[in-house]
Amino acid sequence: MMEKMIFGRYVPADSVVHKMDPRSKLIIIFLFVCIIFLANNWMTYALIAIYTFFMLGLSKVPARFLYGGLKPVLWLVVLTFLLQLFFTKEGSVVFEWGPIKFYEEGVRMGVFISLRFFFLILMTSLLTLTTTPIEITDGLESLLNPLKKIRFPVHEMALMMSISLRFIPTLMQETDKIMKAQTARGVEFSSGPFKERIKAVIPLLIPLFVSSFKRAEELAIAMEARGYRGGEGRTKYRQLSWGASDTVQLVILAVLTVLLILFRT
Amino acid sequence: MRQPIVSLKEVSFQYDEQDRKALKSVSFDIFEGEWLAIVGHNGSGKSTMAKLLNGLQFPNEGEIIVTGTKLNEETIWEIRRKIGMVFQNPDNQFVGTTVQDDVAFGLENMGIPREEMVERVKDALKKVKMDAFLDQEPHHLSGGQKQRVAIAGVLALRPSIIILDEATSMLDPRGREEVLETVRALKDEKLLTVISITHDLEEAAKADRMIVMNKGEVYREGTPEEIFSMDDELIQLGLDIPFSVKMGKALRQQGVNLPKRYLSEEELVTEIWTSHSKR
Amino acid sequence: MDISLEKVEYRYQANTPFERLAIADVSIHIPSGTYLALIGHTGSGKSTVLQHLNALLQPTEGTVKIGDYQIKSHQKNKNLKPVRKKVGIVFQFPEHQLFEETVEKDIMFGPMNFGVSEAEAKERARVSLTQVGLEEDILEKSPFDLSGGQMRRVAIAGVLAMDPDVIVLDEPTAGLDPRGRKEIMDMFYSLHKERQLSTILVTHSMEDAARYADQIVIMQQGRVAKQGTPEEIFSSPEDLLKMGLDVPDVVRFQLNLEKRTGRKLGKICLTIDELAASVAEMVSGGVRP
Repeated sequence: MMEKMIFGRYVPADSVVHKMDPRSKLIIIFLFVCIIFLANNWMTYALIAIYTFFMLGLSKVPARFLYGGLKPVLWLVVLTFLLQLFFTKEGSVVFEWGPIKFYEEGVRMGVFISLRFFFLILMTSLLTLTTTPIEITDGLESLLNPLKKIRFPVHEMALMMSISLRFIPTLMQETDKIMKAQTARGVEFSSGPFKERIKAVIPLLIPLFVSSFKRAEELAIAMEARGYRGGEGRTKYRQLSWGASDTVQLVILAVLTVLLILFRT
Repeated sequence: MRQPIVSLKEVSFQYDEQDRKALKSVSFDIFEGEWLAIVGHNGSGKSTMAKLLNGLQFPNEGEIIVTGTKLNEETIWEIRRKIGMVFQNPDNQFVGTTVQDDVAFGLENMGIPREEMVERVKDALKKVKMDAFLDQEPHHLSGGQKQRVAIAGVLALRPSIIILDEATSMLDPRGREEVLETVRALKDEKLLTVISITHDLEEAAKADRMIVMNKGEVYREGTPEEIFSMDDELIQLGLDIPFSVKMGKALRQQGVNLPKRYLSEEELVTEIWTSHSKR
Repeated sequence: MDISLEKVEYRYQANTPFERLAIADVSIHIPSGTYLALIGHTGSGKSTVLQHLNALLQPTEGTVKIGDYQIKSHQKNKNLKPVRKKVGIVFQFPEHQLFEETVEKDIMFGPMNFGVSEAEAKERARVSLTQVGLEEDILEKSPFDLSGGQMRRVAIAGVLAMDPDVIVLDEPTAGLDPRGRKEIMDMFYSLHKERQLSTILVTHSMEDAARYADQIVIMQQGRVAKQGTPEEIFSSPEDLLKMGLDVPDVVRFQLNLEKRTGRKLGKICLTIDELAASVAEMVSGGVRP
């Protein structure tokens, strides 16, 4: 039931994109978010579209997974389009029906902004679809490493993320178990008036908190017993390796940037 | 005379929030290569002992010596390299997102170079027969498998002592057997000293030596034969006696002549067969 | 209250790519007043069966009858509260479900959800606390200040206070020491007798099954592999061993002895005293080879 909720879940496949270093993927996404704002006419949007679909093709992620990830945010794209359509009042009127008037500029802006939004969602979900959460964590840790100089707790943050990832499935199982136990004691989680349902959450949340604290305490003890004493002097087992394809991908993105600058108006 | 690998001398301990001492001047030795079972009902002080042995708590009085080094705040990290621990709850000691990451966790903490880590992780997982599960995530493993991974995590650090702190009490019979078999094999092969804190008397019966804890004190110390001769006294302490001892007792009550106590079923069956059936 | 499962099948996440068959073709009849032990390995489907016993799961095929209620597949079931009131479940590690500020409130929680008045619930809290062997003076304490064993008992009291006709126990003694284990099992047995409950015990322990149950059901790979009285089930211990299951110590000992001596004791013994008597008879020459 809860498995459906995770947006853009990792889909294993044997593709160039899957094999890329998470660092290069993170850099590419970051840059993509910046350069997409360079696009401002049909030609530049076409370039962005070609690039996005090229990357999607490379990733070999089946379209239905992409759609699954898009579905919950698709209405936002539509809403953006409608907002632009109704509230931009520039250029000539292209459609008129009673008091409702659509302007040329409104249509153009609506299409562009919602397209921009659409491509952003596609590219970011491509990251989560082709990279395991732990790889993303490793990538972030490595990229943020220079921040250690200004005392930013990079290692601690990464460890926190990876432990959270490790315990998400455990907590889900636990939630399911407690819900069933309380249902057997007469709690109704899925029916009844709203006020009652809010009240029903308490017998679920309190045991969940109590057990999470207990887990955290035991985990801390176990980590200490295994010699954990902070990031100092630690080596890393998981390794990131920057390959030729990572460099090639960055070059492709650079070319795209140059083209966007050339063709924008 | 064998040299003790761990010695407890007059150790007392009291938790801050409690008014009763959890351990009252406990003294005993642990020898290299043995399997020592520390038994006692819940609240007898046996879990506190585990915490002290690994330096998660320090004694209020007395001292603990591990391979010649006194355990205190300065030596603690050195001693933790010598003593590995496996805890009760299989989930709450699994740190890594996959099996191999979890085994590597302790090695990373010690700053072992990566090439060596790879070797040690593989090696340790092979020893607990979990090498086919390198990339498996913890929620897809059984309790027994998770505990074996925890043992591998300990092994990778190459300690001389392993403490099992009720490590089998949350497992089903199959998982329990898996874990005990693994530890037994390791003990036989590597001269790993095993300290098992447990209330499973069938398991304790197979130890080399037993310590019975009660109300924070060492109640009795001896071989399983000696301990199980306590019979009903053990049951009064909230413990149990192994089946073959109970069976022997029932047979004696029925007038069957048995020369001694049998800790294993095999021995008892053999005794009945040889001394009685052949007549 | 009788419970029957008729050709019950359950699939987790049916009609998705993650679909998994948990149990199939499970038929079990539990007449009122029975003590039934449900045995099997982890993953054999026994906890899935358990969840059908008070409609926490709806079968994907087949029918579950709980008293006058029928829970069928492919059909919406409304108002399951009366069913859940009649069937109390003590889950594994039940202390994990405690949440109220005081022991008393926590025990009252179940009964009050089922419409029992506050005064009545208070009275029930008092009674069931005594039944699980705790003193009344902890009623006002926070359940989180108790020891593990006490928390377990409070949680059990919370189920008993619902005054169910059927009680389902999922490994109720997991993690307890030998004394705690025996006390809890004996307590459930005397409740079973006193209140004339139907008791369903889900367990790994063949010892408990042999000692307490009238009926045993053995699950394997989502199906009922065997069912019968303890005598029937344990009279062919080899079958159980073949399934990778244990047999009670007494039965295993008898089997070993019979193999070694080449003599049969004549009947299957389920208690130590019974077996000792038979063995004594054999060694004194009472049983001929």
